[in-house]
Amino acid sequence: MAASVLFDAPGPRTRVRHRIYSIVASAAIVAALAFAAWKLYDDGQFEYDLWEAFVTPDYVRALLVDGLVVTVTMAVFAIIGAVIFGFLFGVAKMSDHRWIRWPAWVVVEFFRAMPVLLLMIFVFFMWFISSRAGFLWIDQAGGFFAVVIALTCYNGAVLAEVVRAGVQAVPKGQAEAAYAIGMRKTQVMTIIQLPQAVKVMLPAIISQMVVALKDTSLGYAVAAPGLTKVGQQIYKELHNQVPTAIVVAILYVTLNLLLTWLATWVQRRFVGEKKIDVVKVAAGIDEDRAAR
Amino acid sequence: MSLEAILDNLDEFFKAFGYTLFLFLVTAVASLILGTILVAMRVGPIAVLRVLGSVYVTLVRNTPLVLIFIFFHFAAPIIGINFKWVQVHIGTFDFTSAFATAFVALSLYTACFVCEGLRSGVNAVPMGQAEAARAIGLPFLGVMREVILPQAVRASVPPVASALIAMLKNTSVAGVFFLAEATATMRGLTNDYSSQRIGIFLCFAVGYIVLVEIVSMISLALERRWRIA
Amino acid sequence: MRLRKAFAAGAAGIAIAAGLAACGDAGNDSEGRDVEAADDCDGKFDEGTRMAELAEAGKITVGVKYDQPGLGFKGATDDVPSGFDVEVAKLLVADLCIDPASSNVTWEETISDNREPYLESGKVDVVLASYSITDDRRKVVGQTGPYMVTGQQILVKEDSDVAGIEDLKGKEVCSVTGSTSLENVKAKGAKGVGADSYSECAEKVLDGTYAAMSTDGSILAGLAAQNEGQLKVVGDEFSEERIGVGYSKDHPEMCEWINGVLEKAFDDGSWAEAFELTLGPSGVETPEPPELDACQ
Repeated sequence: MAASVLFDAPGPRTRVRHRIYSIVASAAIVAALAFAAWKLYDDGQFEYDLWEAFVTPDYVRALLVDGLVVTVTMAVFAIIGAVIFGFLFGVAKMSDHRWIRWPAWVVVEFFRAMPVLLLMIFVFFMWFISSRAGFLWIDQAGGFFAVVIALTCYNGAVLAEVVRAGVQAVPKGQAEAAYAIGMRKTQVMTIIQLPQAVKVMLPAIISQMVVALKDTSLGYAVAAPGLTKVGQQIYKELHNQVPTAIVVAILYVTLNLLLTWLATWVQRRFVGEKKIDVVKVAAGIDEDRAAR
Repeated sequence: MSLEAILDNLDEFFKAFGYTLFLFLVTAVASLILGTILVAMRVGPIAVLRVLGSVYVTLVRNTPLVLIFIFFHFAAPIIGINFKWVQVHIGTFDFTSAFATAFVALSLYTACFVCEGLRSGVNAVPMGQAEAARAIGLPFLGVMREVILPQAVRASVPPVASALIAMLKNTSVAGVFFLAEATATMRGLTNDYSSQRIGIFLCFAVGYIVLVEIVSMISLALERRWRIA
Repeated sequence: MRLRKAFAAGAAGIAIAAGLAACGDAGNDSEGRDVEAADDCDGKFDEGTRMAELAEAGKITVGVKYDQPGLGFKGATDDVPSGFDVEVAKLLVADLCIDPASSNVTWEETISDNREPYLESGKVDVVLASYSITDDRRKVVGQTGPYMVTGQQILVKEDSDVAGIEDLKGKEVCSVTGSTSLENVKAKGAKGVGADSYSECAEKVLDGTYAAMSTDGSILAGLAAQNEGQLKVVGDEFSEERIGVGYSKDHPEMCEWINGVLEKAFDDGSWAEAFELTLGPSGVETPEPPELDACQ
């Protein structure tokens, strides 16, 4: 429902009133911004020294290469892992065999109901796999893997629900038709249902990437590399907390907005109006529980 | 798997979840209020406020929560915003700056998701309802209060509840920043009893799962109760 | 069309980042000592020992702290960490005929939580990360030394009246979650507040949130030096921390070797020189070298 339905086209008196509201509100906003700016100026937060790091090549390199790139790498690995996890467990949850369905359900519920930070710290403590050689070509500290593993499990559990919702969004007739021409269960799932579900799920997967990207910053607690870590190193060295926080926040917000824009574009281009309610799925309220 | 670490420190275990629960409750109230104000701004007739509301939501929900905590703990005090004046002591619980800062950071962050949840609720109310309300001459606030909000609240129970559940899990971030809540306590215990890592982790995980289940059960009960017959 | 532009912009961004990566690896502020690698490793170590393996491979991984000025610290733009722990580590590395300044040494950040797991898994070969020797830790990893003995003190603001831990009963005192320092503070009657790192505690003492923070004197001295004129170390040492080198229990032969290197550094003055260079600026007087524990 469009917001404009909530109120009538304003008449002359209302228009005047709205104009007054607008002016008061704008004045308040401008005053608040001006006060914040003055306060920052008064505390010397605009001094060039504090911002110099962000035009110094060494620091910019640290922010972009050691920070942004590593953060994106962690998020990409986590989301790839999560997609695999999600498909495995999402399909397992729909299995006809109880002994597959139940364990899958327990695993998914467990990872979904737990703070990802708790999981991350635990994985970090349990880091017993000798990784001197690194994993594949990545030569990174244990914190890196703790972040990737924890985010894989959590986002994978969320995506398992997305997969299930995606498959259920495929019209029943599709599966029925497939059975009618003699396909077996596995074939129906892999050839008919999943490919169509993927199309519906794509935007959900991309928005889950925004979640994963934001959550990489939890690596702060386990000495993982990334944007937050580099920011921390910069302000610990130069004591420019305010500028650093602002710059790092801008980087994260820009990246996330790009991803959100991508998700919307994919949605419009490939999917149309059909949409899975990710928010609902992400937080652990699913249909079958509601129905129970 | 031995559980001595937890059994010997049961008081610490429950106190830790006490902090988690308290933080969740006060933050829930604050973010519901703030979220309602935000949603009123976002669907209201004043263009300036609509823009302000959506800028706030866009900025804050795309910022990692850790960064918001860092801002309030390490950047804000430099420009004179701090919470060291908060000194509330109830029983053995100390609600001081760490708690207050976590409360502020979490509330500001969660309010965005509450706002989006409420907005999806408003969007779920059929257009005819608003039109009919306007037809009988109700002004904007009247339309909202008498017709839209009561229905929107019902529709937004699931998304708002999921925002609150996410927030419950997010309270763990406060553990990294000076508050001895569940996650920080797990960390401390794991350091002291490193041979019992797995048992300690499972106990704390179960603690969180129980809390999450309680919240989601309450939300389901509300949803069922408020369902339009 | 718009999309193509966006891709072009993205590609340009990546190119810039790559360019920066290529030109930015000049290590500018390594103020540590130059330690030269030994060159007598042929037959120096017995066949089959871990030392022989490391010397043979010419590569070693060392766990140090990244956030403790004076002991182990690495800024965002530094290539290698610096500090006393790092200097001692360099002596060990050099003894294996590995150039401490070369990329054959991998510096790995260890925080309090992961020192034991890292040693157990072999992710790092030695840990020098203000690592107190305790009986409990000796159950899971090897520890020898100490190469430094310090005690727990408190750090307060320059204008504070607090003279010791006795003045802080019932007050909030900051330390790191899960550390022995935090337990000691609680045992002394103060309310312990657990942070993620010591520098964060210092930050909160500076802004007046907490009256004091507490941990090993050497760490506090580094923090005080970093914030000169704003923070000071006060009070007597109310615990004794013996800072040692951690190694894996799988390689008990490393103990004798580490002790040998430390002994040599104590005798030829390189230990004192390293101390002077790293902790001296924070106003800590160079003490007599400590007594080493015997290896079992």
